[in-house]
Amino acid sequence: MARKITLPLTEELAKTLHAGDQVLLTGTIYTSRDAGHKRMCEALAKGEDIPFDPKDATIYYVGPTPAKPGHVIGSAGPTTSGRMDAYAPTMMSVGARGMIGKGARLPEVVEAMKKYSGVYFGAIGGAGALLAKCIKKAELIAYEDLGAEALRKLYVEDMPLVVIIDSEGNNLYEEGRKAYLDSKK
Amino acid sequence: MREINVSTLTDVIERLCIEANEHLPEDVKCAIRGCRACEDGEIAQGVLDNIIENYEIADNENVPICQDTGMACVFLEIGQDVHLVGGDLAEAVDEGVRRGYTNGYLRKSVVKDPVRRGNTGDNTPAMLYTEIVPGENIKVTVGPKGFGSENMSQIRMFKPSAGLQGIKDFIIEAVETAGPNPCPPMVVGVGIGGTFDKCALLAKKALMRPLDSSNPDPFYADLEKEMLEKINELGIGPQGFGGKTTAIGLNIETMPTHIAGMPCAVNINCHVTRHKTEVI
Repeated sequence: MARKITLPLTEELAKTLHAGDQVLLTGTIYTSRDAGHKRMCEALAKGEDIPFDPKDATIYYVGPTPAKPGHVIGSAGPTTSGRMDAYAPTMMSVGARGMIGKGARLPEVVEAMKKYSGVYFGAIGGAGALLAKCIKKAELIAYEDLGAEALRKLYVEDMPLVVIIDSEGNNLYEEGRKAYLDSKK
Repeated sequence: MREINVSTLTDVIERLCIEANEHLPEDVKCAIRGCRACEDGEIAQGVLDNIIENYEIADNENVPICQDTGMACVFLEIGQDVHLVGGDLAEAVDEGVRRGYTNGYLRKSVVKDPVRRGNTGDNTPAMLYTEIVPGENIKVTVGPKGFGSENMSQIRMFKPSAGLQGIKDFIIEAVETAGPNPCPPMVVGVGIGGTFDKCALLAKKALMRPLDSSNPDPFYADLEKEMLEKINELGIGPQGFGGKTTAIGLNIETMPTHIAGMPCAVNINCHVTRHKTEVI
């Protein structure tokens, strides 16, 4: 059964989440992908602020389709997280604790997660129409020139996610595959 | 000689871009449902249920199945008795893509330069392939291709001595390296033979072939079945969370090659394998 959790993702909450947990997430999250992360990390390197308060924040790696008239947002499934690996440790170092995406992460990201109590959630890749249903509010907050890659503030309700990597470094991609293969022996 | 105005192509391509992105082909849906029936793990079953619910929402509400509405791969089989009038063919195709991606609220995911980047703003240019065939019709196929899976594709120039085993090992290696990144369950397109460039195109064409079809050569039809079974023994499972369903289909396309070579390309696609065809 999925567990309901509410943001912000405090250190205490993060430590109760374990790889393989199915959760329904409610609260405010921020969207960013390749170009947005590059810009935020360049700002941080210059000692500047980024467009949202990173403390206990959760970032969703997504570039949605444009909203049709009457819709809050277009299709909005996760993009491949590995492309944000170069930026994720920097984002965690300023307090951004949660990441939502899909696909493998580098060891240095997992190390940063252990250091800063980060959590990596998986959303179902390719289920953009379904995930858009959980997004109740969407507001463009920065980098409008980046189009689909602009920074958006979203309010989500009961977003179905699975904890892929927890704050201790346990990894569902390794454990889930091993458990399946062991069950067939 | 039949005259066809290129504006007809623009109209058809606009429509196909939108339809392909909103409605998953029946063969792909059927393969997903078949895999759901055979899956036994709780998380794996849940993922496949969500995937089925997702394409049903897209069908009912006419919204994109996936937010990566892809680069527009356009294949034109142009009858040699067709005379195209009314303007430049490539411009007419791009105009169809431009209108489809704008009017259909699809994501614009193309940058104008691979290194210096910069979004083109309208998802052009199309990745256009033209082929001259007998007849007086034009067969138009639009296959929007997402890049989460495209990025996990590979090509290798084998020595002929590597033999069939070399090809088999390479297909498994490509899928295993891709792991959870291309949104499994995936569809695997394999090209074998030709030159470096033709081999990659064969792999892309393999992804356009319906999943309920087989290679007409029984040798390769058997290889398709064998490789799909082997891939589904890897345990990667839906979304990489572990399970039986790592791939829902595998198609192989081949052509003659040089005495010194045996190229093999593996083009990976996700469960949102989109293609839509219309004959003008």
